[in-house]
Amino acid sequence: MKPFTYQRAGDMSSAVATVAERPEASFLAGGTNLVDLMKMEVLTPELLVDVRHLVSHQIQDLPGGGLRIGAGVSNSELAADRRVRRGYPMLSQAILAGASYQLRNLATVGGNFLQRTRCMYFRDVTMPCNKREPGTGCSARDGQQRDLAILGASKLCVATHPSDMAVAMAALDAVVHTVGPAGERTVPVNRLYRSPSDGPERDTVLDRGELITAVEIPAAPIAARSRYRKVRDRASYAFALVSVAAAIEVGDGAVSGVRIALGGVAHRPWRATTAERELFGMPATEESFRAAAEAELAAAWPLPGNAFKVPLARNTVVGMLRALTEEAR
Amino acid sequence: MSGRGAVGAPLDRVEGHLKVRGAATYANEWPVENPAYLYPLLSTIASGRVTGVDASAATAEPGVLGVLTHLNAPKLAWPNDPEVAALQSGEVAFHGQFVGAVVAESIEIARYAAGLVTLEYEKRPVDVDMRADRDDLLKPQHAAIFGSQPGDLQDGSSADSAVGDFEAGMDSAIHTLDATYSTPIQHHHPLEPHTAIAVWTDDEITLYCSSQGVHLHRTLLANAFGIDASRIRVISPHVGGAFGSKVFPVTWATLAFMGAQLVPGRPVKFALTRQQMFTLVGHRPATIQRIRLGADADGRLVALGHDVVQETARAKQYAEQTVAASRLMYAAPHRRTTTRIATLDLPVPTIMRGPGEATGMFALESAMDEFAVSMGMDPIEFRVLNEPAVHPESGLPFSSRHLVTCLREGSRRFGWEHRAPATPARSENGWLIGTGVASSTYPSPRLPGNTATIRVGADGRHTVRIAAADIGTGTWTTLAQIAAEALDVAVEDVTLQIGDTDHPLASSAGFSSGINCWGTTIHAAAGELRAALNENGGAVPDEGLEVTTDIPDNPYIAQYAMYSFGAQFAEVRVHEDTGEVRVPRLLGVFDVGRVINPKTARSQLLGGMTQGLSMALHEAAAIDPRYGHVVNNDLGGYHFAANADVGSIEVHCLEERDPYVNPMGSKGAGEVCIVGTAAAIANAVCHATGIRVRDLPITLDKLLR
Amino acid sequence: MDQEITLRVDGKEHTLTVDTRTTLLDALRERLGITSAKKGCDHGQCGACTVLLDGRRANSCLVLAVANAGAEVVTAAGLADGDELHPMQRSFISHDAFQCGYCTPGQIVSAVAMLREAEAGWPSVVSEDLDADEVVLDHGEIAERMSGNLCRCAAYANIVPAIAEVARS
Ligand SMILES: Cc1cc2nc3c(=O)[nH]c(=O)nc-3n(C[C@H](O)[C@H](O)[C@H](O)COP(=O)(O)OP(=O)(O)OC[C@H]3O[C@@H](n4cnc5c(N)ncnc54)[C@H](O)[C@@H]3O)c2cc1C
Ligand code: FES
Ligand code: FES
Repeated sequence: MKPFTYQRAGDMSSAVATVAERPEASFLAGGTNLVDLMKMEVLTPELLVDVRHLVSHQIQDLPGGGLRIGAGVSNSELAADRRVRRGYPMLSQAILAGASYQLRNLATVGGNFLQRTRCMYFRDVTMPCNKREPGTGCSARDGQQRDLAILGASKLCVATHPSDMAVAMAALDAVVHTVGPAGERTVPVNRLYRSPSDGPERDTVLDRGELITAVEIPAAPIAARSRYRKVRDRASYAFALVSVAAAIEVGDGAVSGVRIALGGVAHRPWRATTAERELFGMPATEESFRAAAEAELAAAWPLPGNAFKVPLARNTVVGMLRALTEEAR
Repeated sequence: MSGRGAVGAPLDRVEGHLKVRGAATYANEWPVENPAYLYPLLSTIASGRVTGVDASAATAEPGVLGVLTHLNAPKLAWPNDPEVAALQSGEVAFHGQFVGAVVAESIEIARYAAGLVTLEYEKRPVDVDMRADRDDLLKPQHAAIFGSQPGDLQDGSSADSAVGDFEAGMDSAIHTLDATYSTPIQHHHPLEPHTAIAVWTDDEITLYCSSQGVHLHRTLLANAFGIDASRIRVISPHVGGAFGSKVFPVTWATLAFMGAQLVPGRPVKFALTRQQMFTLVGHRPATIQRIRLGADADGRLVALGHDVVQETARAKQYAEQTVAASRLMYAAPHRRTTTRIATLDLPVPTIMRGPGEATGMFALESAMDEFAVSMGMDPIEFRVLNEPAVHPESGLPFSSRHLVTCLREGSRRFGWEHRAPATPARSENGWLIGTGVASSTYPSPRLPGNTATIRVGADGRHTVRIAAADIGTGTWTTLAQIAAEALDVAVEDVTLQIGDTDHPLASSAGFSSGINCWGTTIHAAAGELRAALNENGGAVPDEGLEVTTDIPDNPYIAQYAMYSFGAQFAEVRVHEDTGEVRVPRLLGVFDVGRVINPKTARSQLLGGMTQGLSMALHEAAAIDPRYGHVVNNDLGGYHFAANADVGSIEVHCLEERDPYVNPMGSKGAGEVCIVGTAAAIANAVCHATGIRVRDLPITLDKLLR
Repeated sequence: MDQEITLRVDGKEHTLTVDTRTTLLDALRERLGITSAKKGCDHGQCGACTVLLDGRRANSCLVLAVANAGAEVVTAAGLADGDELHPMQRSFISHDAFQCGYCTPGQIVSAVAMLREAEAGWPSVVSEDLDADEVVLDHGEIAERMSGNLCRCAAYANIVPAIAEVARS
């Protein structure tokens, strides 16, 4: 690790100001991603501003339904919260499918959104990588491709976003609340992550020094019967090859509401808007599910080493929708 | 517990109370005063040489005590073995080779400063292309015990073998099978990394290190540094797993020695990082294996052929006995095996649990299953039909061979009779369910170089000393049990001392030879001590009594083939949508002779089976052909089974004592258990899905529809 | 950059100076000589370094010591009461739930914390009923909840029953 100074921020505005002004500064929350990357000198901040105690650790009910979750809430607490388990089971399951209990005890909601890709070429400082060192090229694209993206990728970068939690958040239309040098703002999770074609070195639209303070999930009755399914190379303690967060409502045999988001396939949690659109009003049958999944994946741009993710994503979506509709019967 | 009955008792591990608190001292944990820390530099090219070194920034970093590269490293007396020597030239033979090191006041400083050293390279093209149709394949030579003894393969056997006329046999066959299987590079990854603390003074050099054999490590290091072995003391009472990776490769200890020479008198601590363990401690070599089987109308084998291509390193040849099991498992009048190596710019392979047999039996036992199914035979009956009366190549009788009993007993316990012969066997909640079987085998060799000392004090306590290793195998407990029985005293009255070169010579923990070698030596020493006591009228003299004995020869070795056997059964579930594979049930029935301690033996057997499960489903290094590096080089990328991957595992040992292998009647148990598991799982996957996966690991993409 | 911190480890207070780069794990092992927590991967990928950090299980290799000044740390050594082993430790011995023992302190700390989490009703990803008040610790639940602790010797088939026995009592 490069030597650095550690600061426990006194208040939010000075924390924001410090990190905004100093390009070599970084916020520290649970540290499970930042310290990991600092050990390998993938990241080399010279100043760490610890914000874990600063941001809220509370989960509050919103007046019109929905929840406001402080950025400092641990992944464990969020997954275990009764309101989440009842109202948004896909979110509980997504978090519980990620990492391990001991990691989730440390990891925060804010940090989870902003964790970096697990692309092994990004994590190896001896390899070219546009995300780590802009302009050096992407060594993953012609390398080991198993974990790479099939959707939304660019020639510049084919890395995936590793978060499970964010996939459920995307399906739930969650909105991130921030405070930055320019004041407070909100950013929908579905607009938080930038396309790699716009420069893969910046994962999100957040500005330097912009602090996530909370995330709000709106009321969504459909989510009460929702699920998260993670497909991976090991039964536990592994990142997703493909994951799916889904919820579906059926009235008179036709789909009257549906939410689908995919993980492990893109640089961001992939909200399957095409599939959702295709499904709406259609009979809730295996054929419709399949057609919708295929429509979503028509845009897929797989590499030889990850082409299996296309049928895998399709089958997983279909399987999830099938299971959810069968359960409802 | 009295002496009689000590062997066979399911005793708790004697060091268990230490391990559960974390109080067993592993190499990096010895309390030493004011240590310095070493962090290595690894090559970032796979082939070429270092042409420039700039260590100025590192040297200027406060707290840095020295920077080592090939330019200033001590010249070794034995510089040519890349598994022992480091920094002897600027040549780079694989990605992730030691090319330097920083010694500093703290771990943090050493590691950071290592990153400040810049190296320039002259690169050569990288060749890591593992193919069976390369035109430069070689027949291995002199790989036995890693080049120190004659013999083509590392177990001392020949690369090729033939009995009868294989091609003619195939031509005469009614049924034939010709299939090619492949297995990838796999890594040991003991949970304790390879670590060392070295202290270098003018008199003594002390090395606390994580070792499967302290005497071998001492010999290698003494040779490398050209110093008298008696100056070196290697200490390693507890080892946090090894699986073969802590037998021979010791460049990390060499580097620790060099670091210690830089700061004489001061302890130097060095631990490989998990990432570094992918290139510096050996690996199981990748294989491509062609199996050809021919059978008569009844399913009796008439021809059996096994042709293997293995990957080896440009830096050093390593070749293992992948074909070994095919030489002895089944009868067939016409047979042949061949081994060729592909020399690549990759790290040096080494023995890994069940070296050779583990990969070879994946191929053979998959092929046996395929062949049985294609002939409409039950896989168990097919094996039983082809059970040989004697070793099919040497013609020697087996000292004991209860493979058929293992298959039959396993069949009964597993409920094989209810198995649907057809595929898909069964489906439940979206999961296809299938079952499979495979045989297991591993030799029980006796290695030279073992001596035990037993001393009895006037107080009746017996101290047994032999520099054996406990790598999790239960040595601390089982050797005490063997000693207690042979001395006819209570286990509590035996103090065992192992893992230190101050104790008498012992072979390394490997080849499933621990009980056979160390146990036999202790048994012999105990006999001598009892004889000496008898001479003394049965009383212990005031000054105590001590005997030292070498391992006795086994007169039966030339007369019998000595192997453990087993049968493994697997139930798998394969998800219809995703191809995910789960293994809810494994059963292993083993013929390992007399079991010294059923509790620790069972752990070892189920541990081996679980590693076999990992081998089947998870383990593979992903090599990037452009750079020649291991891409998935951490435990997040290189998977082995986690708790959730493991379902119920049942282990059963036949109560059969081997009459010839050693006085205890115990054959090896450490490795037979990983042999065959992968095939049993692959066979079950095929039973469930109809898809035959011939390339390990069996990942879901291979089963997706 | 050095900083002085205080840590309470296994009930004993320690004041020490650490480099800001020092992880809690290295502070324990290299500065304080408390080697119960093990280093297996240094990247949160094995669980050998698991300790109770202010009462919750955590990977001590991924947390900075400076960021945890004043923390209460419990290692496997601190679970035992002098010579009297914790029931989980005794169960691991009697079930032979380890071989080399290197993952063991982490497994045991993790298991002890896991029982508390289950008691608090925390679900797991394999829980059939996510909203259940009571967690039934069957094989699948224990295995999933313990999957953050790798065991290369692969004692899993003994670890699960060892924990189940303590859970029952
Ligand atoms: C072995 C391992 C396995 C894992 N497996 C999974 C998995 O399967 N699924 C999964 O989803 N995740 C997984 N993770 C990742 C884990 O979920 C993240 O590391 C964690 O969520 C990050 O949270 P943190 O609080 O520790 O963030 P930190 O490491 O502290 O920070 C991460 C980044 O976020 C920034 N940051 C933190 N908080 C804020 C804030 N409030 N505002 C602005 N910026 C902030 C930091 O500056 C830093 O850049 C795994 C991690 C490990 C080590
Ligand atoms: S050492 Fe911390 S998780 Fe492996
Ligand atoms: S006992 Fe060796 S790693 Fe678990």
